Amino acid sequence: MALTRRSFLKALAAGAAALTAGPLTRWRRGRPVPALVARPGGGHALARLEAVPSGGGVALAYAAEPPAPEPGGAPGRRWVMVIDLARCDGCRECTRACQAMHVVPAGQEWIRVYELQDHEAGAPYWFPRPCMQCDNPPCVKVCPVSATWKREDGIVMQDTSRCIGCRFCMAACPYQARSFNWVDPDVPGMPDEPYSMEWNRVHRRGTTEKCIFCPALVAEGRLPACAAACPMGAIYFGDQQEDAVTNSQGETVRFSELVQGQGGYRFLEELGTEPRVYYLPPRRRLYPAPVPAAAAEDQR
Amino acid sequence: MRARDDLLADRERRLLRSLHAGGPGYYALLGVLGALVAWGVIGYGVQLRYGLGVTGLRDNVMWGVYITNFIFFIGVSHVGALMSAILRITGAEWRRPITRMAEAITFASLLMGALMPLVDMGRPDRLLNLVAHGRLQSPILWDILSITTYLTGSTLFLYVPMIPDIALLRDRFAAGPPWRRRLYTVLALGWRGTEVQRRHLEAVMGILAILIIPIAVSVHTVVSWILAMTLRAGWNSTIFGPYFVSGALFSGAAAVVTAMAAFRWAYHLEDYITEAHFRRMGYLVIALGLIYGYFTFNEYWVPAFKMAAHERGYLTAVFSGRFAPLFWFTQVGGLLLPVALLTVPRLALVERLGRVPLLRPAPALAATAAAVGLVVVAAPGSPVAALPDVGALRPLIPWLLGTAGSWLFLALLPVCRARPIATATAASVLVNVGAWWKRYVIIVPTLQHPFLPIQRAPAGWATYTPTWVEWSITSAALAGFVLIYLLFSKLFPIVSLWETREAPPEASGGGEVAHALAR
Repeated sequence: MALTRRSFLKALAAGAAALTAGPLTRWRRGRPVPALVARPGGGHALARLEAVPSGGGVALAYAAEPPAPEPGGAPGRRWVMVIDLARCDGCRECTRACQAMHVVPAGQEWIRVYELQDHEAGAPYWFPRPCMQCDNPPCVKVCPVSATWKREDGIVMQDTSRCIGCRFCMAACPYQARSFNWVDPDVPGMPDEPYSMEWNRVHRRGTTEKCIFCPALVAEGRLPACAAACPMGAIYFGDQQEDAVTNSQGETVRFSELVQGQGGYRFLEELGTEPRVYYLPPRRRLYPAPVPAAAAEDQR
Repeated sequence: MRARDDLLADRERRLLRSLHAGGPGYYALLGVLGALVAWGVIGYGVQLRYGLGVTGLRDNVMWGVYITNFIFFIGVSHVGALMSAILRITGAEWRRPITRMAEAITFASLLMGALMPLVDMGRPDRLLNLVAHGRLQSPILWDILSITTYLTGSTLFLYVPMIPDIALLRDRFAAGPPWRRRLYTVLALGWRGTEVQRRHLEAVMGILAILIIPIAVSVHTVVSWILAMTLRAGWNSTIFGPYFVSGALFSGAAAVVTAMAAFRWAYHLEDYITEAHFRRMGYLVIALGLIYGYFTFNEYWVPAFKMAAHERGYLTAVFSGRFAPLFWFTQVGGLLLPVALLTVPRLALVERLGRVPLLRPAPALAATAAAVGLVVVAAPGSPVAALPDVGALRPLIPWLLGTAGSWLFLALLPVCRARPIATATAASVLVNVGAWWKRYVIIVPTLQHPFLPIQRAPAGWATYTPTWVEWSITSAALAGFVLIYLLFSKLFPIVSLWETREAPPEASGGGEVAHALAR
């Protein structure tokens, strides 16, 4: 498990190569699974591979077996995400990739793309909001049963097999990053597999869920689903200890240079939640802004 | 002492008669309450079967009516500590006939209040996780600890001073089925009224009276912390503890007034519960209402002056937006009007008001009816509302209703003065209706205005409207509360026999009450 930065990037490259080589998939029980097919050169980075014949081969979404539960997280790591708002054009590929990866129940978006406008004179902009994986997490503080906790690698983990459904974490989260399964999750394609909290694809009624930075993918040396799927390369992900973050375009940059050089900030910094997600401000954007009227109306 | 115990005065016989005599009205009430509870159980069954999706709750407003009920019932339960402990320690002797009523309210409402978080849980089947994996860091654990402590303490506080009465029932009460006698025999714990037993009873009561006060304060403080320990605008407040404790005592005192009126009427307790009791409880309600009003004013005025970005949403929603009718009802109907009803009719000036022709009830009633009729007619959707000039009149509606309401209030003042008990009862019911909605207005508008604007919510997920399941369970909780209270009053004397007998007129704090009691 002791990945160095070099082997992490190597694994990333190898993973991308494997994905382009043979888009075949087979699930243990022979069910088609949504899978990442990262195609260099943009375009839609995610497809549902229902049509692919299931006749053996490599599972593309996750490894064949979920990783052994690691409640403490990957040792020596500090996962961090940087979202470049100047590059986000609001296409919501990140949301779709996440939903396919985790078979997210209806009504939930674990990474939701908001349309924000800071003040009347400012331009509206797109704002993808994953779980901020706070270092001072309000949700963890209030959970009565340790169903959510902070791992050493920075991830705020969630165990739906322990959650009692009090929804205190949702009340405490200032980012609206948590969702609740109000009814029996009826998702087409929800795999019939035992629950693995790191895969996070099996959902149950009466429990809270959220983005967990795809720890199973990260353990394989790959980007979280949203970061891998972003056609603009707006979502960087990496290890703060190594000071390196990578996006879907294969650009690997120094985390510190990125954040310091481009005015990186954290959302609602004044609340003191110490998020592990950083934003680069939407200046010199590469895309048209959202329609101001819609943003203004939503903000109301 | 023994000699006096053997004697049952006539009024005491009458009090005990309520233990077995149940008229058709009693059985009808029992049936209605039982049906309501059964209907709520059906509602909960539906919720268990299909999940919390049958409620109006969704990801944005994830707490609603159930948590409102929780805070309301736990709040009402505070009156036990107020009446039995604070008034006992301060030697307010007039409390004697109503302490048991107050303690029974505490018991019944704590049971209902403690049930509500269970109803609100997404996975009630995992309740024991709270024991197996409980984390003391979570305010929910603080709630569980303080509420169970308070429930234990106040049950003892209800039971211990009842022992002499239970012994009396064991010895003297022959009516009813045999299981009653057996129950009384067990619960009397061999009480013989000896000097030693009396000393022990007094000692236990003294200790409990001191202990119960900090426990009660802690209970509603940690209940308020469920909200105040989050970062959300509207809940992120340092005064939530005292704000909620004062609101709890206010609503609890009002609940005792309602109970006093109900039992006085149903069980003919005019000998025990006099107009003076209503007056003194009225003073308590007024004082607590003013304290609560002071905290409420702080809680809204301080952020309203600054209008900080994150606070703006819920503030405008309650002052002039979607929640304004509810908010102003809780302030005017649930606080201002009850306090006015308890104070203004006592002014000597009121006598003269009745002589003004325009301030007779008839013209004022007519004016109010006309104003309400106008509002109904001008409501959006009616044929008259389509006329061009009606829309322009709509801003005048609050003024119209305010004027007519004030007129009616002035006209009814002489009536209120003539009927103080009915007035106090009306005020106390208003306080409790207002208290429930106030808790709703504290919870929902804040959730409706989070830091991030509510966007991309599926249809119907952005706003909260409670469903029939939530209303069924809420009415079942209210009915269950009344039912427990009613059955309690059928099993045990609702007015303490030995304590009212022991109050000597000269030692009494309240002269006229003692006089009334000695009559």
